[in-house]
Parts: sequence; structure tokens; C-alpha cells
Amino acid sequence: MGEFKDSAHLIRLAGVFLLGLILFLVIRSVAIPKSFGQYGPFRGAALVELSSRPLAFAGHEACENCHPDVAELKSKGVHKSINCESCHGPLAKHADDPGNVKPVLPEVAQLCIRCHSENIAKPTGFPQVNAKEHFGGQTCSSCHKPHSPGLDAGGKK
Amino acid sequence: MNVSRRQILLLLPAAAVAWEYVLADNPESSPNFKMSDHWWGMLIDISKCIGCGSCVRACATENDVPETYFRTWVERYHVSDWHIENPEVDSPKGGIDGFPQSKAEGGKNFFVPKMCNHCVDSPCSQVCPVGATFHTPDGVVLVDYEYCLGCRYCIQACPYGCRFFHPKKRTADKCTLCYHRITKGLTTACCEACPTGARQLADLKNPNDPIHAFLKTHTVQVLKPHLATGSKLFYNGLDGSVR
Amino acid sequence: MEGFMYPNEVELQWSILIVLYPFLTGLVAGAFILASLERVFRVEEVKPTYRLALLTALAFLIVAPLPLQLHLGHPERSLEMYLTPHRASAMAMFGFVYLWYLMAVLVVEIWLEYRRDIVRLAESSRGVKGLLYRALTLGSHNVSPAALRIDDRVGWIITLIGIPSAFLLHGYVGFIFGSVKANPWWSTPLMPVVFLFSAMVSGIALVLLMYMLTSAMRRVAIDMRCLDTIARYLFYTFVIDFTLEMLDLIHRIYESDESFRSLDFMVHTRLFFSQIMIQIFLGTLAPLALLSLTQLFTFSVAVRKRVYAMSAVLTMMGIFAMRWNVVIGGQLFSKSFLGYTSYKVDLITREGILPAVALMILPFAILYVLIKILPPWQGERPAAAGAHGDD
Repeated sequence: MGEFKDSAHLIRLAGVFLLGLILFLVIRSVAIPKSFGQYGPFRGAALVELSSRPLAFAGHEACENCHPDVAELKSKGVHKSINCESCHGPLAKHADDPGNVKPVLPEVAQLCIRCHSENIAKPTGFPQVNAKEHFGGQTCSSCHKPHSPGLDAGGKK
Repeated sequence: MNVSRRQILLLLPAAAVAWEYVLADNPESSPNFKMSDHWWGMLIDISKCIGCGSCVRACATENDVPETYFRTWVERYHVSDWHIENPEVDSPKGGIDGFPQSKAEGGKNFFVPKMCNHCVDSPCSQVCPVGATFHTPDGVVLVDYEYCLGCRYCIQACPYGCRFFHPKKRTADKCTLCYHRITKGLTTACCEACPTGARQLADLKNPNDPIHAFLKTHTVQVLKPHLATGSKLFYNGLDGSVR
Repeated sequence: MEGFMYPNEVELQWSILIVLYPFLTGLVAGAFILASLERVFRVEEVKPTYRLALLTALAFLIVAPLPLQLHLGHPERSLEMYLTPHRASAMAMFGFVYLWYLMAVLVVEIWLEYRRDIVRLAESSRGVKGLLYRALTLGSHNVSPAALRIDDRVGWIITLIGIPSAFLLHGYVGFIFGSVKANPWWSTPLMPVVFLFSAMVSGIALVLLMYMLTSAMRRVAIDMRCLDTIARYLFYTFVIDFTLEMLDLIHRIYESDESFRSLDFMVHTRLFFSQIMIQIFLGTLAPLALLSLTQLFTFSVAVRKRVYAMSAVLTMMGIFAMRWNVVIGGQLFSKSFLGYTSYKVDLITREGILPAVALMILPFAILYVLIKILPPWQGERPAAAGAHGDD
């Protein structure tokens, strides 16, 4: 061991580094989440977490299950491809507990305006009106039933 | 203590094996939907968008998006004459309350909804230092809120501006393609709320998916194709002026 | 906000702390390169600054991660970068480059350089200080000529490895920006090279200033041969740095791609003060002019000292402005090229001016402590064999 006498300090330094490496490896084995790398370079458990959020919107099929009459009426008019919650807002809570959670009916004037107020950027052919000038500025529901708004399709009140 | 070198050489691997045994645990739960059956994308039909903002509102409600930040938003374009390199664009509060009547006259005017493109070769997941933003096996780019450091490199790397820094979670955040909905057979909140069918979820692995068929028979575009991000957000009728 | 920006772009993501970070690591790389001039390239004129440059590099390297920690949304998770580094991410790989440079290059080199002093101080000091020095010896008090020769050889190899490591340390930061294809202000293959050369310029300027400052504080005469040499290297490096930045500028103007008009407008309005006034005129052209005067004409010692000091101060201002213009500038324009936002720095928030100033002062405080523990001016290693002695 005589020839290493003068580099003994370097060997000690290497020892310190080796100790550090071992410590790092130990920490790694404890601290890396178990599911990491399960499906790719990420924490596999995140998929479960991210897919288990509660729903706010129930989806139109849920509405049509309990309200087939409205669905039937809607399917005959020009609003047939609009989903219920597009106007009625998120209703997952109501779908889960229809008796206790009542949906709030949207304010008609604001609701119709949002889609139908005239705007140069809307596609041509899309029905647009100037709300204040359209037939004396009456509320939309005076003449149009939201579920089937066409005037000639039996929707007029 | 007099430990010989031989003893250390034997002890170390024995210790390593013992350590693994100590750490062995119950595996964490796996998702109960079949990811390999799907490859998600979305189609946005510019000719149908009326700029009502229902999608922006629905997304904010479904996903608790904080105010002034947007997982999806709608832009309004005004292109006068042939100057497609100089459109006038606005997006008042991301279009969440719709759009006021514009003062523009003439020219081309249209709405462009924007959201995360769920790119196949996303620059965002490339730069994430820890694997907190990633691709699911079914093609959705997600953020792991328990793991993200909040370094914001992904926000810088996204060419589409669809990411933001969540002020409460203090992590990156963005559109999740309503992963919690699509894995239950529902559609995304924005598609559910869209009154004209301008936004439609697409399952690119399902041959019977009508949107998948649409993509094969119509002229569609993606944003910033020169960046080769592999965007899966397809637009029907996207004008050349759209940035 | 002006024009149109994507709604999520209006707020800046990377603040003044992220401006500070490349500035600090740049100083590290630059100081180290200056030290390596003597150790590897036998430029023995700069020997008086060797130890000081190493300690300066260490002080700044210790502080460098702090602005990043302050900036993170979840700093308590930062260990994840070492546990599950995403190998495609430049930022993740940088964590290891930093660790390598700190431990395997800088700390080892300083230890080897100072070992004779550490042993001497371990034997002569008492109390806590004695304990510290004895710990630093790692239990070996062997300072025989044979051992010191081995130290010298190993130190030379470490410095040799250290030069590309220093390049990597700061080139990587440039790559972190330069590889972002979404941002045309950042995305260029020149970015790592520009960052590296501006780092060298700022590091050399810092060591020059520290040498003048510490000599004044110690009331010791400045070795003018050393100072002149440092200034000469500052000049050469600056010429290269300036050439690279001009190349980037001319290339952008000539190619005039879709981002050019928007970027040009941004430079002339939002970045006018920081880019044109501070970075280009005060921070580059002025020191270059001053330094070239000293290269072309002979001036008295007093005049040279003033010119060098002035140039170094202006240089450091200019390089800080360059970091500002890259980081902040890259976020002031919209990726739609249709709008601009502005950056408001607060005073006393987590990412405000006060923490930034504190973080700029901290390395000097650490350097003061390091100089006390490892004095640069006693028992220095003799200059490289075959060279002349010091003046």
C-alpha cells in the first residue's frame, strides 16, 4: 500500500462521493412514486385522479331519460341539435337527485340574445336579430317557444 | 469496527435486496377504462361557430377554471380585403360573455374557438423536467397537479397559448379534454354546450366515429403546421389569416 | 396590453428572477474560464486572480439555484428533478450538469488548490474553526511534495474537464431558451453560443472588478501585468460576443420571417431603453470603445485602472440587460404576432425587485465568508513550471 500513501486523500475524497451516490440511490428508492413509469414517463396514479373528477354537466342522454316528452318536441324543431344543458346550465346534481336539486330556469332575454344577437362575424344564414328592434323589443318567449322556436311548426303561442 | 472488504462486498447487495423487500407495497390502483381503444382528437367547424361563448362558460363551470384564465377561448377575426397577414383579432374575456357587435364593415369576419391541441409530438411534454405533463395512452395531454413543480417551462413551450399558471394550485393547467367525462362515454363539456355542433369530439381509433369519417373526406387544417407538433385539433374552414 | 394576445399570454410567466439566474450562472462560467487560463493555458500573468476567481465562481454557483426556488410554484417538489428527470427536457438534464459542475469540478478543484493551507490551518487553529478545517482535510494531513505533485496533476485534469463543463453549464441555459420552437425571439441555434460568450465577458469583468476591489481593501498594489492581461482577454471575448450578436441581428433583419415585424416593433418600443440604450450602447459599444483605446494607445497606470473599472461596470450592466432582453423580451410579444403586453415588477413580492437585489448581494456576502475561510493570498501554489516568477 506504500505507493498509495501520497494519494490516500484522493481515495478518501472518492469515498465521500461514493457515500453521496449511495445516499442518492437510497433516497430515490423511497421517494419516487410507486406508479411512476407504469404507462410512460409520468405518475400512473395521475390517470385515476384526473379521470375521477365530479361531473358538472350530466350530458343530454341523462336528461332525455327522464324528459322524453321535451326531447320529442325538441327533435321536431330547429333547436333539435342543441343539448339541454347548453341552455339550462350544468345539471349533473339535478340528474343525481331530481327531487331535491331543482334547476334554475335561465333568464330568457339574456339566453336567446347570446346566440341570436346580430354580429357581422356570425355565419351568414344563421338567424340573427337586433333585439331592441325585433318586433318592438318584446321578450323572445312572447312568440317563440325555446324547445321548438319555429313560428310555423306549431310553436307559436 | 473491523469490517473486511469482503464482508462489505457481500453485505451491500444483500442490503439492497432487503431494502427492496421493505419498500414493496400494494400497487396503486389503475384506471378502469380501456385506454388502448381510443385515440382522442377534436374537430372545430369554423362555418358553424356563432361566437356565443357557451363552450367557454361550460368549460369554466365543469373544470373550475379561475377567472381571467382560459382552458378554451374564442377569437373573432376581421380580415379586410386580401391582407391575410394582418387580421384584426379580438377576444373580450376570451369570449366568455359572447361578443359585442363589431364596428367592422365588410371583409371576412368569423369566430375561431381555440383550445389545447393535444399534440402527438407536444413541445410542452418534451420540456417538462419531471414528467408532470404527459401523454395518456389514449392521446390526451394532461398535467399531474400533484407532481408539477410550477416551473412554467411548458407554458413557454406551447405555441398555441393554451396553458396557464393556476393561481391557487400553483401548477401549470390547461384543457384536459374533459378526461373525466370522455372516459365515461360522455362528450367534453364544451362540445355538450355548443349549440351548433361547431365543436365535436373525435375518436380517431374508432372507424365508426362520424367525425373520424369527416376528417377523411373534407379539407381540414391545423394551427401552425410548420411547427410539426402533431396537433389533433382539426379545423374545417380555417382561413389562412388565423394565427 | 396592446393589439391582440392569446388570453393566457397577457401575464408574464418568467420574472426578474429568471433574468437573474442566467446572469449568475454566466458569472460562474466566466470566472472559471479566466481561472483556467492560468491553470491549463499557462497564462501565468493572471495567476494573482486564480484563487479569487475560483472562490467567486463558488459563491455565485451556490446562490444560482435560489432565484429558481423562489420562482417555482412548488419548490418543495424540486427534488423530483433528480428523482424522475425527464431525459428529453433540457431543464432536467441541467440539474445534473449543475451538480456535476459544483461537486466534481469546482469543489474538488478548490479543495485540491487549498489543501496545503487547509492542513496548515487545521493544525494551527482552535475551536470551531479548527474543527472545520480538520473536517475539510478528510483526515489526511499528507502535504509532502509527492502528494502535492499528485494534487497538482489531478487539479490540472479537473480544470481541463472543467472547461467544457463550464461551457456546458452556461451553454445549457442558452439551450433551454434556444430550443423553444414556439418562441421566435428565443429559438435560434446561436442562443447557447451567445449566452456562453456573454457569460465569459461578464465573468471576466467581475473578476477584474473583484481583483481591483480586494486589492484596494487589502491596501496592496495591483499587479498591472495581471490587470492588463485580464482586460485584454475581456476585449477579445467581447469582440467575439459582439460579432455573434450582430450576426443574429443581421440575419433576422435580412430573412425577415413572419415574426420579424412584430419583434422589430417590440425592440423599438417596449425594449428601447433596455436593449438599444443599455445593452447595445452603454453595455457593449461603450466598453468596447474604451477597451480598444487601451489596446491601441498607451495610457498611464492610473488612467488604465479607471478605464478598466468603468468598462467592467458597463459590461456587467450590459450583460444583465442582455439577459433581461432575452427573458422578458421573449414574453412581451404575442405568439400571434399581433400584440404586446408589459411587465410590471413589484417591489416587495416573492418575485419582486427586493428579492432580486438581495439575491445579487448574497453572493458577495458568501464570497466574503469564503475568503475568510480560504484566504486567496497566502501560500499560493508557485506559477506553472517553466514560466517567469511574479513581479
